[in-house]
Amino acid sequence: MPLSQPELVNTLASLSLFADLSRPQVEQVAHRMSEESYPEGQRILRQGFTGSGFYVILEGEVAIRIDGEERARLGRGDFFGEMSILLGEPPVADVVTLRQLHVLHLGGPELEGFLREHPSVMFRMLRTIALRLRNASRWRS
Amino acid sequence: MAELDARPCPPGDYPVVVVGSGPGGLQTSYYLRRLGIRHAVLSADPAPGGMFRRFPFFQRLLSWTKPYGPVDRRSRGYEWYDWNSLLADEPENRAIMPELMDGTSSFPSRPEMELNLATYARRTGLEVRFGCRWESTRREGDHFVLGTSDGEYRARACVFAVGVAEPWKPDTPGFENVPHYVETRAPETYAGKRLFIVGKQNSGFELASGLLPWAQRIVLVSPRQVKLSVNTHSLLGIRARYIQPVEDEVLGGGVFMLNGPIGRVERSADGVRVFCVRSEGGGELVVDADEAIAATGFTAPLRDLPALGVSVFGQSRLPSLTNYWESTNVPGIYFTGTIGQASGGMKKYGLPSNSGAVHGSRYNARIAVQHLARKHFGFAPEQPAVEPSSLVDYLLNEATAAPELWNQKSYLARAVSLDPTQGMRDEGIVPLADFVDMEGSPAVAITVETDDTGDIHPAVYVREAGRPAVETLLGSQALHDFRTVDNRARLASVLKGLTAGTAR
Repeated sequence: MPLSQPELVNTLASLSLFADLSRPQVEQVAHRMSEESYPEGQRILRQGFTGSGFYVILEGEVAIRIDGEERARLGRGDFFGEMSILLGEPPVADVVTLRQLHVLHLGGPELEGFLREHPSVMFRMLRTIALRLRNASRWRS
Repeated sequence: MAELDARPCPPGDYPVVVVGSGPGGLQTSYYLRRLGIRHAVLSADPAPGGMFRRFPFFQRLLSWTKPYGPVDRRSRGYEWYDWNSLLADEPENRAIMPELMDGTSSFPSRPEMELNLATYARRTGLEVRFGCRWESTRREGDHFVLGTSDGEYRARACVFAVGVAEPWKPDTPGFENVPHYVETRAPETYAGKRLFIVGKQNSGFELASGLLPWAQRIVLVSPRQVKLSVNTHSLLGIRARYIQPVEDEVLGGGVFMLNGPIGRVERSADGVRVFCVRSEGGGELVVDADEAIAATGFTAPLRDLPALGVSVFGQSRLPSLTNYWESTNVPGIYFTGTIGQASGGMKKYGLPSNSGAVHGSRYNARIAVQHLARKHFGFAPEQPAVEPSSLVDYLLNEATAAPELWNQKSYLARAVSLDPTQGMRDEGIVPLADFVDMEGSPAVAITVETDDTGDIHPAVYVREAGRPAVETLLGSQALHDFRTVDNRARLASVLKGLTAGTAR
């Protein structure tokens, strides 16, 4: 079943990325990002393609694959797509749905303005990226 | 009763049933008939036209038809200049819209659009059972059974082209007393009123611009900041036709646009009192108005399809669709017309397809029918041979002039397969997201794209056997003629390895 607007706002408020936002700010985020649904097995980010977007997973699971090899999985509350937008480069990985996926989407060109408007989201995102970097370093060492 | 019995498409068994007689339903029926697939078209309305029988209120469309484009009106290329005519293979049934316009605007009026659709249905001889309301849906074996006001229809596949036109309002306290956009009255009845419009999308701005000469003051409120299509480089955002209220706001001319959610609406002695929370700063703002209107959007009237297993998402309750506009959960159920926007495609740079408008959805309907015919009825698609020496010219001609590619940028593509055993074959116009993700024989697809700077250029996607597609962007050209020396050289180089082994 689709989420009603209050349910969507509640769901967003429960995600760590948006945990520091006030209720009106979360409502603004819910209006600013668009809800999308993808079937199982669909690529959402495509390695090497320009113009990708930023996604926050509301429900479902995706695999991150580089040259066809799975590197990680992401689920509810996780986000992806920010790296290539921040760097202005095409994604270095495919992101593929493992089952039906329900996400919030923000077009790439909107991400910078969105993060500047919501520094607390930027900080949370930075922390997650730092964690990913630390885990990747541990994994390699 | 005799008159009723004379209506076409009586209840019974059909290979396909189409629901809806707006642009989506008519276009779908046209292509089913071209393929010789027997079908019934059902519509609750008394005549063709769908939403254009009622909307837009202020009686002029947002989609252009330029009567004097640079190409012949009866040619395929003219479709880029005419967003409102439905497609036809016979030249005499193409480009009906410009015949009916009076020259006062390149945006047809609502009655002109309604007449355009009725004329198309009449000239092409489409048969629709009007006054027949779809009421229920169930499955029986590998068939669907549609219960209607006239009786039951059985079909192997169903196409729902029922629009996204059911009024939707949030359940904010007090909204039950706020009329929806669809309940807007004649403009003169708003003379001298302080008007509060909930929503800052095109329907809100359509009302604001239409009521500018009448209202005393107009306040538009929604959580999100207004976007303009000229800034998003797409149809996303407020269209230029509705931009006057934005200028009035900037100049302090009695129009106000505020960002923030609405907490509640109360009745007051002389109208309504609206309690808003400003997104910027978070303070409460109370606005008194004589009248409020909720321009808060629409949902797709899917009736009991979710109970049948069709999963839906978002405020508009759109069905979750494959790249061919088929339900991801219930194979055999297709959606054409504006609901097709649920199949989002690549959304490069965040730009949506034009599937929510006639100029995009008419192509989707043609492709959906071809797909349905192949999948459910074993039709083999026509795949004419392409002369290898003309491939570069063919692809660049398509990027320069193909209406499908211009009307559905980054969404539809021209594909040519390069199978060494079959020779080069034209695969037709395909959904780009499907092409780049589908593993298959070596192939190339070309599309037209807009990037974040607004630059419009071709993009080429090359698929080699067993490997994902690779993207190559070609250069833009000042007058959008992409057949440049540089693009020819670039494209030839990209195709070189692929076409070497391809013989006719």
